[in-house]
Amino acid sequence: MAKTLFINGKEVEFDNEPNLLEVIRKNGFNVPTFCYRPDLTQFGACRMCVVEVVYPNGRTIVNSSCTMPPEEGINVKTNTDRVRKIRKTVLELLLANHDRECTTCDKSGNCELQKYSEEYGVRNIRYAKKDPEKYLPIDHSNPSIVRDPNKCILCGACVRACQEYQGHAVLGFANRGSKTTVGPVAGRELASVDCVYCGQCKAVCPTGALTLVNEVDKVWDEINNPAKKVVVQVAPAVRVALGEMFDMPAGENVIGKIYSAMRKIGFDLVFDTNFAADLTIMEEATEFIERVTKGENLPLFTSCCQAWVRYVETQHPEMINHLSSCKSPQSMLSSLAKYILPKTKEGYTKENTVVVSIMPCTAKKAEIKRKQLTDNGQFDTDYVLTTQEFAQMIKSAGIDLKTIEAEEADSPFGEYTGAATIFGASGGVAEAAARTAYYLITGEEIASDDIVELRGVDKHAYNKDVVLDIKGTKVKVKVVSTLAEAEKAIQAIKAGTADFQLLEVMACPGGCVNGGGQPTSCNTPELRIKRAEGLYNEDKCDTEFRKSHKNKDIIKLYDEYLEKPNSHLAHELLHTTYADEFKGSYKDL
Amino acid sequence: MEVEKNFKTAFAGGFGVVDSILEKYEYKKANLIAILQAIQGEYNYLPEEVIIYLGTKMPLSPATIYGVATFYSQFSLDPKGKYVIKICDGTACHVRGSMPVLNAIKGKLNLKEGQFTSDDGLFTVETVSCLGACGLAPVIVINEKVYPKMTSDAVKTIIDTLLSEERK
Ligand code: SF4
Ligand code: SF4
Ligand code: SF4
Ligand code: FES
Ligand code: FES
Repeated sequence: MAKTLFINGKEVEFDNEPNLLEVIRKNGFNVPTFCYRPDLTQFGACRMCVVEVVYPNGRTIVNSSCTMPPEEGINVKTNTDRVRKIRKTVLELLLANHDRECTTCDKSGNCELQKYSEEYGVRNIRYAKKDPEKYLPIDHSNPSIVRDPNKCILCGACVRACQEYQGHAVLGFANRGSKTTVGPVAGRELASVDCVYCGQCKAVCPTGALTLVNEVDKVWDEINNPAKKVVVQVAPAVRVALGEMFDMPAGENVIGKIYSAMRKIGFDLVFDTNFAADLTIMEEATEFIERVTKGENLPLFTSCCQAWVRYVETQHPEMINHLSSCKSPQSMLSSLAKYILPKTKEGYTKENTVVVSIMPCTAKKAEIKRKQLTDNGQFDTDYVLTTQEFAQMIKSAGIDLKTIEAEEADSPFGEYTGAATIFGASGGVAEAAARTAYYLITGEEIASDDIVELRGVDKHAYNKDVVLDIKGTKVKVKVVSTLAEAEKAIQAIKAGTADFQLLEVMACPGGCVNGGGQPTSCNTPELRIKRAEGLYNEDKCDTEFRKSHKNKDIIKLYDEYLEKPNSHLAHELLHTTYADEFKGSYKDL
Repeated sequence: MEVEKNFKTAFAGGFGVVDSILEKYEYKKANLIAILQAIQGEYNYLPEEVIIYLGTKMPLSPATIYGVATFYSQFSLDPKGKYVIKICDGTACHVRGSMPVLNAIKGKLNLKEGQFTSDDGLFTVETVSCLGACGLAPVIVINEKVYPKMTSDAVKTIIDTLLSEERK
């Protein structure tokens, strides 16, 4: 018989839930939380989740539900006067140490501190407000993340995210008691430590202490400048998440509506990064086959995740030759746009063309600032807006995403196959590459397009090993998400125990569907599973076009311009180099 | 600042000393406190560069090590002088005039507000609470040696004596 306990008098079953909080939430009750994040270890710091627990023998205790295991027969009271008072006092204390500048805060409307203060009706704070003279400096040091320590409530979620996901704990606690702070080592800025800008710290932060660098206004200025031609591209993972910010279910593919919203906003041409994802596969699969033939620089590391690239460059610079020389899809599309549009479209020049990309990712904001991704001092990509910023743009333009009609993307960078769409989920790049590599090696199509062992984005699927059989030749592929898992793969290579030839890495847990710029999902890990399903559904729905080499516009691009994958021009436009030259890295002592 | 320059040159030869300490404690997480103590024993304090260096050598990040170093009051992250002057500001010493003594020391060493180590890197001043020698108040301790019943003049003489020894 299943074990049971009572929540507010209702008998409920439980089984192997890691804590009482999960049982409470599973049964339709709720308590507020700041420090609890289901995918990270429990920390029990904030005390917001306190409940009263009455044992069968009548003993009553108050305990944090996120750290307490469920027990048979207890009666849990989630909403007594006592626990409400504790929560309200916690909120008051936190607010006393907070700058309370909500109207100008990037997190406003999406902030858990603000939300609970409002729900608990905190109107009158009995403690003195923090003296503005004592505010600590805000960290604006880098292109991706803003850190405002004056809004930090010391919940430690970011510290755990950086440690548990990315394995190198850029952020940590310092000092103790009332002097405790959270931040990089010795009060440094994020740009002066080995942060990879994945944004996972920001994704789990309940307040505005960690936010992204918002560039919406700059993009509006470009759009309103009649001298500029502003073209836009959108990454795979955005289409299955943006809808969440407009009351649509996670995983609903709103790509047609996105194109239409882009035109309404005023972008001149609307492209899809998926086109460039197909192109990446053509280039990377060719590169992979060449490396295998020559037995050089194996395993090949995928290079589409900038957080991962930066990690290799800063932590394992001696391994940069393993990275694929392919630019990321966003950067491929940008160079192509600036190369081809001036040749083919009236009014476009290299100088007046502005490329904006809509990405699930904060690291992409840093990627476009790489000097390897410039041409004559001009950046290939001019702006990256995250899914969250793009939603803000749509809302401020008064566009109702839910009701607008779907449209098509513009040629020549609008067509894509199912192989491109699945780039947004961990395993997708490897699966797409396998489909095309099979064809390039054997001249035949792979028997089944579905390599399901490479799929999965939940916390049990951060590491996947698959052996592919290419007409008798075995190819071992390893797919990891989180840099903590990637580090294990690197250690295996260094120890000589690695037997895989291809390593796909996405720094965010589950891949870009769960990127640092996506709508908040840190309390609901199911969202990224739904988003990934959305991608795999799109891949399935057009059975003709599930392989990059079948993309007609890609074939045309090679015919008209690039000749063949890895050609001279392809190298010039679509490939890049890496270097161990980061200033401010820990090694830069 | 003069002091900083001195410390920079201290590391110009690399982190050899730190390496041998790490070697001795086998780079182990569990030995972190002992490693930090040994390093503090060597340099008198925990230099920021050393903390970051440890983070690149041990299975712990610089931020994590920094967290431990700032949590325990036994560790100091500020450079300390060759002579550490601890001045008691417990109740007995305070009543008997420890503050004028402290001000005399600060004046003598030219310490600005928020500065605890003299520009020449020789002296560091710290206030502590009751040293358990209230009968001798006000008390100062310089590198383990106790000086009872201090006055502003006496402390200046003591510093002068130490300075002249240094010059020899
Ligand atoms: S952006 Fe990523 S690497 Fe940088 S501090 Fe946040 S979690 Fe760590
Ligand atoms: S920065 Fe955000 S996530 Fe990190 S401790 Fe502060 S409030 Fe929590
Ligand atoms: S996994 Fe995707 S979203 Fe996350 S940092 Fe890498 S590229 Fe960006
Ligand atoms: S959510 Fe349980 S203590 Fe913070
Ligand atoms: S108060 Fe100074 S020794 Fe006790």
